[in-house]
Amino acid sequence: MKQEKTEHKHIKTLTKSSLTKTLVSGGCGECQASCQSACKTSCTVGNQACER
Amino acid sequence: MLDKECVHCFSHNHQYFVVDGNSGSVHLLDELAYQMIKAIKDGLEFDETAVINHLSNEYSPRKIKEAFEEITVLVKENLLFSPDFTEIPKEIDSVVKALCLNVAHDCNLRCKYCFAQTGDFGGKRELMSYAVAKKAVDFLINASKNRHQLELDFFGGEPLLNFEVVKKTVLYGEEQAKKHNKNIRFTITTNGIGLTKAIQDFLNEKMYNVVLSIDGRREVNDAVRQTINGEGSVHDVIVPKYQEFVKARKGKQYYVRGTFTKNNLDFCEDVLYLAGLGFDQISMEPVVADSALDYALTEAELPTIFHEYHRLADELLEYYQTKKSFNFFHFNVELKKGPCLYKRIAGCGAGHEYIAVTPTGELYPCHQFIGDEKYKIGDVSQGIIRPELGERLKHAHVLNKPTCRKCWAKYYCSGGCHFNNLKYGGSLSDPYLLACEMERKRLECSLYIYSSLNN
Ligand code: SF4
Repeated sequence: MKQEKTEHKHIKTLTKSSLTKTLVSGGCGECQASCQSACKTSCTVGNQACER
Repeated sequence: MLDKECVHCFSHNHQYFVVDGNSGSVHLLDELAYQMIKAIKDGLEFDETAVINHLSNEYSPRKIKEAFEEITVLVKENLLFSPDFTEIPKEIDSVVKALCLNVAHDCNLRCKYCFAQTGDFGGKRELMSYAVAKKAVDFLINASKNRHQLELDFFGGEPLLNFEVVKKTVLYGEEQAKKHNKNIRFTITTNGIGLTKAIQDFLNEKMYNVVLSIDGRREVNDAVRQTINGEGSVHDVIVPKYQEFVKARKGKQYYVRGTFTKNNLDFCEDVLYLAGLGFDQISMEPVVADSALDYALTEAELPTIFHEYHRLADELLEYYQTKKSFNFFHFNVELKKGPCLYKRIAGCGAGHEYIAVTPTGELYPCHQFIGDEKYKIGDVSQGIIRPELGERLKHAHVLNKPTCRKCWAKYYCSGGCHFNNLKYGGSLSDPYLLACEMERKRLECSLYIYSSLNN
């Protein structure tokens, strides 16, 4: 393909997944338990930052 | 074969988004590319001639070709219409790293929607002794093996009813953490009634995060959050305390946290009210309750709730431009440095990474399960005696839940709350669909806010 990501006119990728990468490297487990942070009733992980 | 099921297209205020659920990728598009992807998702052939024919009434063939080429690149890079895992990744070993200490099964308020049944969790009103709390700390340090970063949350009931034990436990925890080369982050959730100056000082010094309960406007808060004899305004007691406390926190993490019910479906007003009081870290949760209860949320309320989330998103952006900005917990999304696949799968970790402790020292998978004997998994003296229960919860992750596996939000959501799934979804592997609808709407709003602020 001729075009590079940065030259895209119609699409801007806000985030590329790194899921398959971390599949290989494994998780370190140092991150926060999500429920603890602010809610205690609804659980979500998309808002968390990796601690590495 | 393109996997179309897990792709989600949505737009808000002329911004166009596509989320590729299987890879977790998010794209912002112009209207042409958006229409093209949407048409392909809905069945149009993934072929240049087919898309030109489909869109040539509105766009020039040159533009259509250009957009098609960009889409093709994304497909090739597995960032769009990407395949699901052919094999489910193996679960990795996990250790207990977070405890929820229910230091008081008692409360000085009688909130109508309390999941802890006004503090006693359906049992006796009781306080945790320091001896039990100490054992809980020892259990955490021991069970966490070589994990360095640990969490200890003081919860209840109302934990300040047992403040002396909170205080001593923090000091003991610090001492033990140092001895074993760990770092414990202490957190607490309080209704604010007992927040004296001395307690505020201690919490500001020691607590990594403090959650302050309040539902918003006076009439909304006081309709559900009530004193034991039902007299006086809880709102008027706690607001000045919270303001004083937050000011003295000097930027350390906190949240004012509320619950909205069917009785305040205009909850955006409550969030803005809290922002107006000067709070800049706000969380507002939908109540989880049996649909027979008069304040419970049901499917019928969803359109209003969705509208309200959108309104809140727009208001929040407005605040960023004109007034003092604030942070709404549920609109946070981490796109740059988000968690690894294992975290996205493990979710809350209830029962294997996260454990709740009752005042008498019994262990449960999380604070929600407390009181249901079937889910008792051990005690602070013996540790976990039924590991198979935690394993069951661990195994009930997004890739093992058929509905979640097909959901575009799976790697952001993590599969919902196990307890709510069991109680309202029907089983551990069936998500509570009402919560799903709201979760997905919040995620849409989060992405919209993210892109508005970053582009
Ligand atoms: S719990 Fe619901 S929103 Fe979350 S991943 Fe599962 S189906 Fe999607």
